[in-house]
Amino acid sequence: GCFVFKPSPKRRRVSPKTADYFREGNNDSEDSGLRFATCQSLWKQIKSETEQIQEELNKQLFDNLVSFLRRSHSEFQEKTTEWTCRMKSREIPTAALVLGVNVTDHDLTFKSLSEVLQNNITPYVALLQAKDCPGIKNLMQKLMGQLMNCYIDVDSSDEEDYIQVSQNRIRCSMASLISWYENITKKTDSETPSKKRTSSRHLRSPPVVVVFKDMESFTTKVLQDFIVISSQHIRELPLVLIFGIATSPMIIHSLLPHSVSSLLCIELFQSLSCKEHLSTIIDKLLLTTQFPFKLSEKVLQVLINIFLYHDFSVQNFIKGFQLCIVEHFYSQPLSVLCCQLVEAKKRVNSLSHSQCENVRRLPSFRRYVENQVSEKQIALLTADNFLKEVIQKLLEDLHVYHENYVPVLRCLHVFTSSLPKYPLGKQIRELHCACLENRVWETEEYESSLQLARMLNKSDLVTVLEKCVEIFVSSSGKEFDKAVEKLKEFLAEFQKLEAGACQERDESVSSQKELQKKTDLYHLQKTLLELKESRRSKKLTKFEMLRFEVVDFIDNLVRNYLTPSDHKTLHEIMYFNTASALREHLNAAPRIALHTALNNPYCYLKNQALKSDGGSISNKAPDICIAYKLHLECGRLINLVDWLEAFSTVVMAVEGPNADAAASDQVDDIIHARFIRAVSELELLGFVKPSKQKTDHVARLTWGGC
Amino acid sequence: GIKVRKDKTQLTVNVKKFVKTLETISDDEVQEILEEKNYVAVLGICAQDSMGNGSGVGGGEVYSFQTPKRSSKMAELAFELARTPGQSVALDCTECPEKTVKSPQSSIGIFFRDGTVQTCPLCKRNEFVSTTPYRLRRRLAAPDTHLESESEYSASCSEEEEEEEQKEASAVVSGRKTPAKTKAAATPPPKKTLSRKMKEDKMSNLVEEYFEAHSSSKVLTSDRTLQKLQKRRLNQETLRDLLKKAPLAFAAEIKELNQQHESLFSKWMLQLHLGFNIVLYGLGSKRDLLEKFRTSVLQDSVHLVVNGYFPSITVRSILNSITEEVLDHTGTFRSPLDQLEFIIKRFKEDASLELYVLIHNLDSQMLRGERSQQILAQLSSLPSIYFIASVDHINAPLMWDQAKQSLYNWLWYETTTFSPYVEETSYENSLLVQQSGSLALSSLTHVLRSLTPNARGIFRLLAQYQLENKENPSYPGLSFQDFYQQCREAFLVNSDLTLRAQLTEFRDHKLIRTKRGADGVEYLLIPVDDSTLTDFLEKEDEDI
Repeated sequence: GCFVFKPSPKRRRVSPKTADYFREGNNDSEDSGLRFATCQSLWKQIKSETEQIQEELNKQLFDNLVSFLRRSHSEFQEKTTEWTCRMKSREIPTAALVLGVNVTDHDLTFKSLSEVLQNNITPYVALLQAKDCPGIKNLMQKLMGQLMNCYIDVDSSDEEDYIQVSQNRIRCSMASLISWYENITKKTDSETPSKKRTSSRHLRSPPVVVVFKDMESFTTKVLQDFIVISSQHIRELPLVLIFGIATSPMIIHSLLPHSVSSLLCIELFQSLSCKEHLSTIIDKLLLTTQFPFKLSEKVLQVLINIFLYHDFSVQNFIKGFQLCIVEHFYSQPLSVLCCQLVEAKKRVNSLSHSQCENVRRLPSFRRYVENQVSEKQIALLTADNFLKEVIQKLLEDLHVYHENYVPVLRCLHVFTSSLPKYPLGKQIRELHCACLENRVWETEEYESSLQLARMLNKSDLVTVLEKCVEIFVSSSGKEFDKAVEKLKEFLAEFQKLEAGACQERDESVSSQKELQKKTDLYHLQKTLLELKESRRSKKLTKFEMLRFEVVDFIDNLVRNYLTPSDHKTLHEIMYFNTASALREHLNAAPRIALHTALNNPYCYLKNQALKSDGGSISNKAPDICIAYKLHLECGRLINLVDWLEAFSTVVMAVEGPNADAAASDQVDDIIHARFIRAVSELELLGFVKPSKQKTDHVARLTWGGC
Repeated sequence: GIKVRKDKTQLTVNVKKFVKTLETISDDEVQEILEEKNYVAVLGICAQDSMGNGSGVGGGEVYSFQTPKRSSKMAELAFELARTPGQSVALDCTECPEKTVKSPQSSIGIFFRDGTVQTCPLCKRNEFVSTTPYRLRRRLAAPDTHLESESEYSASCSEEEEEEEQKEASAVVSGRKTPAKTKAAATPPPKKTLSRKMKEDKMSNLVEEYFEAHSSSKVLTSDRTLQKLQKRRLNQETLRDLLKKAPLAFAAEIKELNQQHESLFSKWMLQLHLGFNIVLYGLGSKRDLLEKFRTSVLQDSVHLVVNGYFPSITVRSILNSITEEVLDHTGTFRSPLDQLEFIIKRFKEDASLELYVLIHNLDSQMLRGERSQQILAQLSSLPSIYFIASVDHINAPLMWDQAKQSLYNWLWYETTTFSPYVEETSYENSLLVQQSGSLALSSLTHVLRSLTPNARGIFRLLAQYQLENKENPSYPGLSFQDFYQQCREAFLVNSDLTLRAQLTEFRDHKLIRTKRGADGVEYLLIPVDDSTLTDFLEKEDEDI
């Protein structure tokens, strides 16, 4: 069933490059080369950025782990002779690494972890996966294979053949592992002068680290055996275990009985949650002006939904992001301008006429033109040079918009995230989506969050304002000097209020005292009423006035700067917005496609004869559709004869009664054959399977009706 | 007593359901559509473009359970479709009662379950009987009149048959109890409570239906078999010839569809090179499309075509063809994992190596196993190996867990072609196709020809014994001791060791199968069907 095709060597040389495929798909535009280059460089930047983020986020965890490993075998390092104290404890130092359910991201974490360990602690790191270790024997084999290979890496060449032989022949036992370890530690000890390079970084007798990548999927028996065996030898072999755990640390105790888990000295390490990781990624990739490429609301929503509802995998999120970039640059000819502002301005000048036409065709640009005076309209639509000037200006506007958008968004987030119940969402990404979707200040949630903001107490308000000042100061936008000034003013006034408040309190205290003086019930009642009255009709205090002002100020900022991106002219250049394509390719629903094709072939085959209204099917539909429709009416088992008869009734009706008797036998055979084909196709698709329960019956594999 | 009670419950359930379907069907639909919309909104479906029509449908439509199992509906639907040629028919539950009234001659043998409950309580017994409606059978009666007489039905187990008879009797005597019950049950519950409890109902209904469909081991269907149809079974070749004669429907539209897909070729190449792999899904054979892709784009590069639908394909053979033919490596490997490691190493070392792997039916029987998929996934994750595969089975995505999925890094493309699965189904041992057995026969003769006469004799003995016992359905095989005795008597072996050695050879060629009985005795079987075995013995006799 396998066939290899090799081209003749002559033709092999002309294998086209990736860029050529990019070009082939876009025969309309001349900028495709440039576009592809831009796309690639952008992706490279983003990729390195994400890697860096991951590294930073993992740093803390890895540092902790490294220090744990250093600590774990310190006694062994010192070669203490107090065996008596160590005799008692046969515990294996173990790090339980809680990684979260996003299994697909773990590989990367482990890869960098083993790198870190090999650089800092020990060359002897073995990574084990459950699927390689169905039994203790395989586990030992895998373990020793990895350890001895790494030994070769350190020591390089000359003894390779010896190792090769030994690896095949060596009996995979703990004893041989120990002798191997003794050998190399002795060797490195004696060779330390010459091999300073490795030994300086590593400890003198480095521990052997065994990482169980997916602890949950290991068979308990294997784990137990391994732990029991190695605890016997812990004195000769400084072993450290690392368990990768996807669920919760409780799993250790449910997997291992007490007698085994008591052999472990477990320390818990928690990796960063994937949600935080995602927020950081979104923060660094989307809420920044560093990258010109942006995602529209729908696309971002699709990506986030795949993350939240399907896998929690940051890697997949990034892959989805990559797909967005590729799709955008592939399908949008004007994406050539999707680069840094300076570069984009240069590129505008060299736009061809057809590209200018492309710009004129953009809906957002059309809207822009309609709002201009008529002379300018004509100029925009006819003169390429004028158009280019305008494009440059518009691109600049867009850039400024982004520069302002981000800090204001952050400010708003600071505000809304301090509100009870988070009407606009807890995460900044939710707020971002809300702002991109439509005018956020027209939504109910915004209204209610302003209401709530007007009820904030002073200390909260002050901290929020301080944060806002920080955000604005650190942002690159030029228009925020005034805003910062204003905010600082607010803060100063709050300070002043504090002094005033003391006095006020004094007053109220005095009135309280007055109140205490009155002992007469009637008077007391009267004063209380008065007090109440005065409180109700009392004008807003200074603080309240100020609070209103602050909220209004923020509201103003939002209205000025947080307009949705698709109201901006030329947003199509920067924003990728075909969410449907993304969904189709990443989160496809093959069963729905089959269902549609079988139930409503008109969707695909645009033939009038197939047109039908909901729920039913034309009898001219392809055979498989008819057979499918008929089988839906059956229970668990289907009699083939009945099915065949029903099928031929339908098909014959289409052929018409004019088929004369002589030809009918022939026709019958053909219908029979068509039926056989339809049934075996349904079998291939997994709707029915042959059944032995009764002769000439098939079993349905789906249930429920049409 | 017990039986009657059972009937009762069944009946009430059905009536309840009927009432429910009648009265709340529209409400249900509305609700469903509403929920579906929510789901769609959550997942962010938006615009439909020209290609992905399918994606506009929500899950609710595909997996809805609103229509209960209706065993007789198939024939009814067929009749409906046939009666109104050229125009489509919306099949509605509400139509059923009218139809029953229209055709009084079928009042006893009528098959419209929902209708019968109201019009004729006697016919209750037919509720689960599936057959062709009377009228319909009339139409078809001409070629096979003998079917007419054979109008009794039975369940898949014998116990049911008795019940059937009993029911029949009680039906003739007329149900003294049933009419009352039907009436009582048929009065619909007040609508108010119905609508209030609708949501609960829907849920419990769903569960109920599942268990209704799967609870009892017996399913009532008609007893007719293909043999009585007096139609010869077609073999593979005649089937193919006949299908060639049948014109392909909607050829123009299908061609147009294919052209749409073909315009994506360069995009696929681009995405393959950017580290994604492509998987195609949708109704219709994607073989021709992939073949076109291969001939038009991949001519100048090394590529491997894997016919997943081929019944004897294994991952090992895929790996072998990569190591042997692509990497020009001679030598064997201990396990597929070793082989995979070798391939990975080679591809990482040599950056100039590139390989396109086209897999027709990645979800086929032979490749869908966990281990195969794991190996293929690891292969596909190599940056210089490009996978483009097709899947057809409705449950194909279940093959992959998160880890495999991220290794594969699929981009899904819907390529509905509507072309018949000619190649893919040609290997399938369909029930309807006569097994020629020619392949098994020729392999038998070939293997045996290379053996010693004594060995042939041994095999003959076993074959004859098996044929003698072919009437016995619980024939376990020939026990080793008996076999040895017989062989000794025929002077074929002189010790049980020689016999064992001979049997090992047979087993290696898959000529026999051994299994241990309950008593620990070893039984020997030839895993070939009887007709082939008879043919074989006849041929052997001729040779001698």
